[in-house]
Amino acid sequence: MTIEPAGEMPISGNDDVVRVRQLVRTAAASAGFSLVDQTKIVTAASELARNTLVHGGGGSVGIDQTVGDRGKHGLRIVFTDRGPGIPDLEQALVEGWSSGNGLGLGLSGTRRLVDEFSLESEPGEGTTVTVVKWIR
Amino acid sequence: MQQIPILKIGRFLLVSIQIDLQDQTVVALQEDLADSIVKTGARGVIIDISAVDIVDSYIGRMFSTIAAMSRLMDAETVVVGMRPAVAITLVELGLSLDGVRTALDLEQGMRLLESSLGDR
Ligand SMILES: Nc1ncnc2c1ncn2[C@@H]1O[C@H](COP(=O)(O)OP(=O)(O)OP(=O)(O)O)[C@@H](O)[C@H]1O
Ligand SMILES: [Mg+2]
Repeated sequence: MTIEPAGEMPISGNDDVVRVRQLVRTAAASAGFSLVDQTKIVTAASELARNTLVHGGGGSVGIDQTVGDRGKHGLRIVFTDRGPGIPDLEQALVEGWSSGNGLGLGLSGTRRLVDEFSLESEPGEGTTVTVVKWIR
Repeated sequence: MQQIPILKIGRFLLVSIQIDLQDQTVVALQEDLADSIVKTGARGVIIDISAVDIVDSYIGRMFSTIAAMSRLMDAETVVVGMRPAVAITLVELGLSLDGVRTALDLEQGMRLLESSLGDR
């Protein structure tokens, strides 16, 4: 699996959420995603960047071009923060569940927009969310 | 933070979103619109998103909030010009845009508002 970096940036303010969208859009377009798939991955990234900012107290994002089984190509995006972490991962993934006054759509909805989704979190340590979308 | 202009066209207010929306801009727009509806006595709000290339849950929720809020002030809201890729993504994200009326373009949105107002 060869991985080529396609961008990295901190997420520490509201305007960074917009910048993450733009960075992911550029990476997805140059990787060759269809317009619909570009829109899906940018929307997923927007949800996750906001979670990193609002729930994680800020963090960073890294984007890589990745090659999977049978030579398929895709984009992998990793969001990391050193915030409070998520005490109950299963609950966090339930559609409609929010610890604040959100719709609780961010994680559950994002999961549907990508091909691979992984959520790692340690209370008190932080949270890492990794998503992959393959080019069709 | 950028400000989104609100234009008055007859009995309606037109908001055409031409920038990549950040969360604070969304909040400011909701407040500006509420003020404008009261000030102008507008009977309808048209939100043109034909230039918007992504709608996430935060932006989607804004449409529902504006629709509910304007209804309380006796104005109808219609969202026009949603791009197909945005619509497909919203469905998969699971956002239902409750209470938000939509039309394909500005002209049809105006017609929808006109007909819902009738002769009132
Ligand atoms: N990076 C994070 N750090 C800590 N907690 C998180 C993080 N991301 C998500 N969570 C927790 O998981 C819950 C569910 O997240 P999700 O994005 O689905 O909903 P939300 O952000 O509350 O609402 P929405 O995204 O619909 O506005 C959050 O309410 C929060 O408690
Ligand atoms: Mg969220």
